[in-house]
Amino acid sequence: MKFVDEYRDAHGVAELSGEIRALVTRPWKLMEICGGQTHNLLRYGIPELLPPEISLIHGPGCPVCVTAPELIGKAVEIARRPEVIFASFGDMLRVPGPLGSLLAAKAEGADVRIVYSPLDAVNLAHRHPRREVVFFGVGFETTAPATAMAVWQAEREGLANFSLLAAHVLVPPALEAILGSPRRAVDGILAAGHVCAVMGFGEYEGLAARHRTPIVVTGFEPIDLLEGIRLLVAQLEQGRAEVENSYSRAVHRDGNLEAQRMLHEVFTAGPREWRGIGSISDSGLHLRARYQEFDAERRFPLPAVAHAPTDLGCLAGEILQGIRKPRECPLFGQGCTPDAPIGAPMVSSEGACAAYFRYDRRSV
Amino acid sequence: MCLAVPGRLVEILPDENPTLRRGSVDFAGIRKEICLAFTPEAEVGQYVLVHVGFALSVIGEDEANRVVRLLNQAGDWE
Ligand code: SF4
Repeated sequence: MKFVDEYRDAHGVAELSGEIRALVTRPWKLMEICGGQTHNLLRYGIPELLPPEISLIHGPGCPVCVTAPELIGKAVEIARRPEVIFASFGDMLRVPGPLGSLLAAKAEGADVRIVYSPLDAVNLAHRHPRREVVFFGVGFETTAPATAMAVWQAEREGLANFSLLAAHVLVPPALEAILGSPRRAVDGILAAGHVCAVMGFGEYEGLAARHRTPIVVTGFEPIDLLEGIRLLVAQLEQGRAEVENSYSRAVHRDGNLEAQRMLHEVFTAGPREWRGIGSISDSGLHLRARYQEFDAERRFPLPAVAHAPTDLGCLAGEILQGIRKPRECPLFGQGCTPDAPIGAPMVSSEGACAAYFRYDRRSV
Repeated sequence: MCLAVPGRLVEILPDENPTLRRGSVDFAGIRKEICLAFTPEAEVGQYVLVHVGFALSVIGEDEANRVVRLLNQAGDWE
């Protein structure tokens, strides 16, 4: 309970934690989707505030963690080309792939640049007309509309030296795969507030009904997280499986229609490979035919990068589906640390392994 | 990386194309140019939730203050 003193609203936390204790009669496994929520749950010691019946498992909600090693390999190959300026969000640079990380490629001379926004990559293409600017589009539905806007703008401006390496992924198909899996380990889902701010939560209603699983749209503060957990436990104990929105101050059922319109203008859903999980149908965003000239995979045809054993022994797949916990991995903290990561969940600050390493040192 | 951060819209910048409406957003003293294409309803003085250079929604001042407080506590978001 060491973080309790930091809460401005320690009273609210204690009250919620008490309500959850009063509700629970049986063991329940709850999964949060979002890596930002994983980080906060661990940072604020929330697992310690819960009754022993409740276990929190951590879903695939870190786009950095789920990007397939093959795609990191393609990114490195493209980045190494002398004519290319490779633009990426900073989080992706340290992720290990079959040809090493983008950071290692940069150290060897590749022109890899960190950008804050996809629009910064479009501006780079304007400023360097003789170079090929490739943007690594990574992220969930929160980020994808921004990438879509960058491509849309490049098309509108006839910007011939801009292209996209598309790695965007969608949450509902991954949830479908996790909830429909014979190894399913979850009873209830905390849905990510910021993804829902863009997409709304209509899509989750079918999922909740089909898989008889309650889903609660949840924010990021300790109070938000506990409230989400309380609502899930109440539903589970009462045998309900509904979608509830406990983050109504930022999320509406329909989400942001302008952002969705741009997303659908530029992208269409297709299969995508998730690190450690495998291919999930309709879980990736691919450029529509009209925008295919901006597809970096077409512009720079590459031989398939063999899946070199960069992450031998890494349990990322099981961690990302909530089947195992980070400290069940024999490499956790012994050979795999944030400074020398073996698998992606240890690379990103939002990855479950990194969050446990940082905030839950009991078993290291 | 999915984190969205609140800031106050202080100015709407002129652009001939309304689809690319931009504004200047103040994040606790640091100003950044942000794309307002997805929040056409945003007005100067309101708080917006910003992710990778785009305002994703207009939020109340209370919510903005709560998030800023949380971020200051965490202090280590990348
Ligand atoms: S501790 Fe390291 S090796 Fe083990 S699952 Fe996590 S990232 Fe993979």
